Amino acid sequence: MPVIELFFTFFMVGFVSFGGGYAIIPMIEKEVVQKHGWLTMEQFAEAIAVAGVSPGPIAANSAIFVGYQVGGISGAISSLIGIVMPSLLIILLVVRIFYKFRHSRTVKSAFYGLRPVITALVVYAALRFAFNQGVISLDLSWQTFALIGIFLFSFLALWKWEWHPAFVIVFSGLVGAALFS
Amino acid sequence: MNSNRSIAIGRQEHQQRKITLILQIFWTFLKIGPITFGGGYAMIPAIEREVVKKHKWMNHEDMTDILAVAQSVPGAIAINSATLIGYGLAGFWGAIAAMAGILVPTFVFMMMLSLFFVAFRDNAKVHAAFEAVRATIVALIAYAAIKIGKTALIDKTTTVIMLIAVLLLLTGLIHPFLIIIGGGVLGIVAVRIRKALGFSTLLNPPQSRKYKYDDYFIGDGI
Repeated sequence: MPVIELFFTFFMVGFVSFGGGYAIIPMIEKEVVQKHGWLTMEQFAEAIAVAGVSPGPIAANSAIFVGYQVGGISGAISSLIGIVMPSLLIILLVVRIFYKFRHSRTVKSAFYGLRPVITALVVYAALRFAFNQGVISLDLSWQTFALIGIFLFSFLALWKWEWHPAFVIVFSGLVGAALFS
Repeated sequence: MNSNRSIAIGRQEHQQRKITLILQIFWTFLKIGPITFGGGYAMIPAIEREVVKKHKWMNHEDMTDILAVAQSVPGAIAINSATLIGYGLAGFWGAIAAMAGILVPTFVFMMMLSLFFVAFRDNAKVHAAFEAVRATIVALIAYAAIKIGKTALIDKTTTVIMLIAVLLLLTGLIHPFLIIIGGGVLGIVAVRIRKALGFSTLLNPPQSRKYKYDDYFIGDGI
């Protein structure tokens, strides 16, 4: 039953979803693409792209889309419930302790180590996607150069020119439609 | 007899008031909904406006406390703070109502987009568009890495932890779940060792909450 498996997969992902969305991409990929083979890498990349254009948290969006592609509407619902369930459980069960201990040195030390690991996950996600999507490639066709160009342009647009990310995605899509078809 | 009845009526009234409050919580967070892209610091001013200014459910200090905790609980900050507020106001059902309120619009938007995408996926133009968008997603993730790195990599120890974690992830030998757990444990050990060696450690990360767009949030929240 993919519906139940989806729930448990995203339940596990939800437990360690720190750091705003993109950090959990490697984990979803590991479970959904590599372990269960529910999606191809290309389908997974599409899911992340769609999750990025829709309003709402990236993690919840990705769960909904991946769930939908694997198991239809019921898959989407069970994935979404799965990914938010850990937050709910922690808030209901241990949050009183959390209010007390968040100033503790041990908790702060744990986050001191957690933060660079979360950064590593995002860096790794960027590298994986760059290889898989042909942005880093040995195939020196015009397509590779076009993708590198789009990557560099998007990066500058986000970082230097501070365009709105949703706008960068839509703009890039329009360029792609003109360029690759 | 009479007093018993008035207690029963009082209880009923209390019950009704609680149901009204729970519905109000649901409606409030439903309205705030997904007005933000990416994750949700941007949602915070909207939440504060509704919860502190309009409904006067709590004051600014309570809100600040809730945000600090929402950041450290796994999950999106917008969902976490909504759930925390709902829980604080009306217990279990308050938490459920707030979470449902925040999630319903997210779900509806995302489903519409998914259906749209699946319907047009095989269209040549859409296919071509997504080829480019995938390169942009790489840029988006790289940008998120830089943003999050600014608050995470504050000394040599954290930089080394980051590099080791990237290498471990590249080998694919250890499940990312374990690497994350390992990061927390390593943090506790590393701070102790640094202390023993006489280094002081900055335990409160620099906050970089300046957003040009207050409806898009990337790579922060821990």
